[in-house]
Amino acid sequence: MKQANMQIQTTCYHCGNDCENDQIRLDEKRFCCQGCREVYSILSKGGLCNYYSYNAHPGTTQEKPGKRFDYLKEPAIARDLVDYSDDKFTIVTFYIPNIHCSSCIWLLEQLNRVNPAIYYSRVDFLRKQVNIRFDNQQISLYKVVEALDRIGYEPLISLQDVIKKQSLDKKDNLVKKIAVAGFCFGNVMLLSFPEYLGISQYEQSFRQFFGWLNLAFCLPVVFYCATGYFSSAWTNIKNKVLNIDLPLALGIAVLFVRTAAEIITRTGSGFADTCCGLVFFLLVGKFVQRKTYYHLSFERDYRSFFPVAVQVIEEEKKEKERSVPLADIRVGQRILIRNNEIIPADAILLKGEGKIDFSFVTGESVPVSKVLGEVVYAGGRQTGEAIELEIVKPVSQSYLTQLWNNEAFTRTQDNRMQTFSEKVSKYFTIVLLVIAFGSLFFWLPTDVHRGISAFTAVLIIACPCALALSTPFTMSAALSIFDRNFFYLKNTAVVEQLAHIDTIVLDKTGTITITGGNAVTFHGEVSDYEKQLIYSTCSNSAHPLSRLICQSWSDQCKLNVNSYFEIPGRGITADIDGEIVDAGSERFIRGKYFPNSNPESTEVHIRINGNYIGYFGIRHNYRDGIECIKALTSSYDVMLLSGDHGHEREALSSIFEPGYMFFEKSPQEKLDFIKMLQASGRKVMMIGDGLNDAGALKQSDLGIAITDDVNNFSPGSDAILDGRSLSRLPAFFNFSKDALHVIYASFAISLSYNIVGLSYAVSGKLSPLIAAILMPLSTVTIISFTSIATHLAAKKRALL
Amino acid sequence: MSIIYLLIGCSMLLALVFLGAFFWAQRSGQNDDLYTPSVRILLEDEPKPEMEKEPEK
Repeated sequence: MKQANMQIQTTCYHCGNDCENDQIRLDEKRFCCQGCREVYSILSKGGLCNYYSYNAHPGTTQEKPGKRFDYLKEPAIARDLVDYSDDKFTIVTFYIPNIHCSSCIWLLEQLNRVNPAIYYSRVDFLRKQVNIRFDNQQISLYKVVEALDRIGYEPLISLQDVIKKQSLDKKDNLVKKIAVAGFCFGNVMLLSFPEYLGISQYEQSFRQFFGWLNLAFCLPVVFYCATGYFSSAWTNIKNKVLNIDLPLALGIAVLFVRTAAEIITRTGSGFADTCCGLVFFLLVGKFVQRKTYYHLSFERDYRSFFPVAVQVIEEEKKEKERSVPLADIRVGQRILIRNNEIIPADAILLKGEGKIDFSFVTGESVPVSKVLGEVVYAGGRQTGEAIELEIVKPVSQSYLTQLWNNEAFTRTQDNRMQTFSEKVSKYFTIVLLVIAFGSLFFWLPTDVHRGISAFTAVLIIACPCALALSTPFTMSAALSIFDRNFFYLKNTAVVEQLAHIDTIVLDKTGTITITGGNAVTFHGEVSDYEKQLIYSTCSNSAHPLSRLICQSWSDQCKLNVNSYFEIPGRGITADIDGEIVDAGSERFIRGKYFPNSNPESTEVHIRINGNYIGYFGIRHNYRDGIECIKALTSSYDVMLLSGDHGHEREALSSIFEPGYMFFEKSPQEKLDFIKMLQASGRKVMMIGDGLNDAGALKQSDLGIAITDDVNNFSPGSDAILDGRSLSRLPAFFNFSKDALHVIYASFAISLSYNIVGLSYAVSGKLSPLIAAILMPLSTVTIISFTSIATHLAAKKRALL
Repeated sequence: MSIIYLLIGCSMLLALVFLGAFFWAQRSGQNDDLYTPSVRILLEDEPKPEMEKEPEK
């Protein structure tokens, strides 16, 4: 039987990638690369094949060259990484971006079977962390990391994590406070119930008993749970700022004092239920507002991009190479940089051929060749052979890293934009105090008791509980909507900033273009010889389009070019063995221009000996959803700010207005550009992806880092946008405005509750029952209104 | 009706025990990772037998 070239599309047993090579097999299973097969063989030897039964293709491709972990042998570095270590065992926590499925959890918790010296390993799936305890007599940290790497789970070890560990986030015990407040609130409600229903005359002793118990429950609520409001109000008074914490603190204090006074003097039952309920709801609001993304970091800087340690060459010593932590690198030291490693400081090339990829620094994606004696700037990634360099500037003072010395990185971030609730609460506080003192002074001449009772009642009833809750609940609902659409916001204030933006600045490389090959297709008939002619012609040109054509036909051999001529901006002409080859724009080759040609791609037309052959269509590797940016230009000023050269200016002019494209900007110039826009009163949003945008992201009113894989490096920013969701950007803008409208409406609702309550309060006749009904009622209304309205808005914008 | 003093005392005590239990759980890190245990419980302790047998044939 004839097996006609049956091409079975097979996928790698380990990672699920397509197998291009049929040869890599083991146990009748196919693999895409040696790395995947290696992982499989380790697992099958260890009897860990269950890994493959929980999920199909649970692995990640091992095609990329493995990293070197030599630096972990250096005791000083290892010491910084571990959580705990004594003379028997060591505990360490690694961040492993590859963790993505239940197989990962299973395998990483079976590390004991990979190496018996690892006693214990536990995975935290959401944080993508694994906590490992191992016997440090039998196995070193280096070996543990290597073992993890060999089964396909390479830990991400970066310098910033080392530093972060030392300044672990301080906890304010919010959950504990909520627990205490909830406990007290529940009990107080129970004990207050008889009072609502009315206690008969002969059961007055119960009333006293319940009153004292209520007062006792108020104590932990006021003096433990609510301390944050008192201290915040106090600092605000000291700084002469009026914000919502002042009326809240006043409300809590007055509630407590009046409750205590009424119970001690036996004149009433007090407002213990309102007091506890208020604090409880406020704390819940605070908790809801605090959204944490365990797997994302918004505070990254160059240190998490740079290596932890560098190989330093010391000629005079016995061991020539030594790993030195990045912080200890000195000027004058010689370092060794291997393929795919990052140059950590400005240095002079001493040995080897430098082909440095500066795409992260400048946005220029083509590697730059460097010759001996040339200065290489920090942040570049060597591609090719290992090179030796001599450091000329300290790490923190290098061309790229000195960006972080800019004031944009040192100033406090909180006061970028005043939020709506901050603005309103200022006036609210003033009005509230005026009404409270007004009613006090109105009643004071006639009835002192009534005056004080009116004064306290106003402060109690107008306590802006619902007001304080409307923003957190709306924003947290909005945040979870954004979250579903792969748009991760740092905190709730970002939603409001998003609604106020009027200028959008985009980076080019990596932001609107994706890294990876452009698709080059030839339209027309060519013989092999003509292919060689075209290849040879284009190989003479440094123009990016010529380079792309050469890359796609790289298997051609180069012919000798007799003469070569280039008309900048038009095309090229070459004479090869008497054959005249012209390549260039349509106008250059065919004499006319068809304006309706596809804006998605650029065309290079070819003519040989005067005969038109065909054209190359070069599709730009723009992200999906680039059209949405064009849609935004009607309501926003959309600008392009690129570190790249302007050779795509023409192609991009279909998206951006001609005057709004800026090329060849250094990282510092980008930052200054944003500053300049802000100085003219604009609210600027910057979207970028690389370290070169870090300054601009920080300076802008709203910095968004765009990334294809949220676990990868992204520079410090206010929000992280998954590249897939770029097309939803207009919807995000509209939705953020909707969220603001929801807040306005909920403010109106809570104010109307306050006005109803105040009409009771100013007369001085506030019964605890009204307060106890009004406060939870307004709270529940606000919470349900905001969450329903936000979800409806999300539906309207097709985000749900 | 004075039994109510005793009953309230008992209920308070019980509630305090629960509050204490919550504090203990919080302190011992039981609420730190709320997702992984839900996956972990579905994983089997030992590899499936047919996987083990495969090399024998």
